Amino acid sequence: MKSALLIATMSIVTIFLRFLPFVGFRNETPKYVSYLGRVLPPAIIGMLVVYCLKDITPMAAPFGIPELLAAACVVGVQAWKRKSLISILTGTIVYMVLVQGVF
Amino acid sequence: MELKNRTIRQAFFKSIPVLAGYVVLGIGFGILMRDAGYGVLWTAAMSLFIYAGSLQYVGVGLLAGGASALTTAITSVMVNARHLFYSISMIDKYKDAGKYKPYMIFALTDETYSLLCDGMTPSGVEPNQYRFLVSLFNHSYWVAGSIIGSLLGAVLPFSTEGIEFSMTALFAAAFTEQWLTTRDHIPALTGLICTLLCLVVFGRDNFLIPAMLLITLVLTLLRGREEGRV
Repeated sequence: MKSALLIATMSIVTIFLRFLPFVGFRNETPKYVSYLGRVLPPAIIGMLVVYCLKDITPMAAPFGIPELLAAACVVGVQAWKRKSLISILTGTIVYMVLVQGVF
Repeated sequence: MELKNRTIRQAFFKSIPVLAGYVVLGIGFGILMRDAGYGVLWTAAMSLFIYAGSLQYVGVGLLAGGASALTTAITSVMVNARHLFYSISMIDKYKDAGKYKPYMIFALTDETYSLLCDGMTPSGVEPNQYRFLVSLFNHSYWVAGSIIGSLLGAVLPFSTEGIEFSMTALFAAAFTEQWLTTRDHIPALTGLICTLLCLVVFGRDNFLIPAMLLITLVLTLLRGREEGRV
């Protein structure tokens, strides 16, 4: 029963956070908020890239080499082919080979 | 009808990169829940109704440790505060989504956001139907992965070590594509540099909220720059 209460709490808080801006600005979006809506996406994607790489250890083996190599592959293939599916697949396979077979 | 099939197909293609990542992360979550003594119904309920990966991982500890509702609520706000940002930047794009809108807001995860935040939709699809379907496909991968993890757990026959990198790859690809399609790289650089700075200053467990505040502050201060140019 306690677990159900906690799950409901997590669900309601998450729903609240996701809906708050939509409900708060439902009539007219202030210019400042529209501006944030325009410039935040690239900034947040940048933040998420760093967030995903937060656990690498630049000062200890394997020095984040698999992550950085695989990420470089993603960037390179994406810039070359402009197809997310191909670049994500390539980067992931490179990473799996590196962590399972090399490092 | 033709339009509808095309929309479904395009939405599915768009969601494929999330498929692998969500199934793997979902399996990981299902295994954690099983190890903590929670069966498949609890696992499925969390993935259906919370649908926020990092909070659910933290939530296993909260459930197993018998945390209070208040602690759980505060933790949820801390872990998921970034969703405020996702919603802010989707207000205009989701404006005319009508009946699809409540579900699309509910299902706006990191990954769904990264697929839809550029506001582009393929030609010949109904944009709101398309965004709704991408959201729905991603949600179903997450729920399916959790259930698989809960039921099959450690008996998977092959090594999936490293497959979780698909999430990193997803964000790196989205970042590159944003970079190549925009001329103004200041927001992207702001995101990268502010987050790196906060990671160094606050450490890997506490840097996300300072990073979001710093990004907002810097972009706010840079607002005059954009208005001056237009």
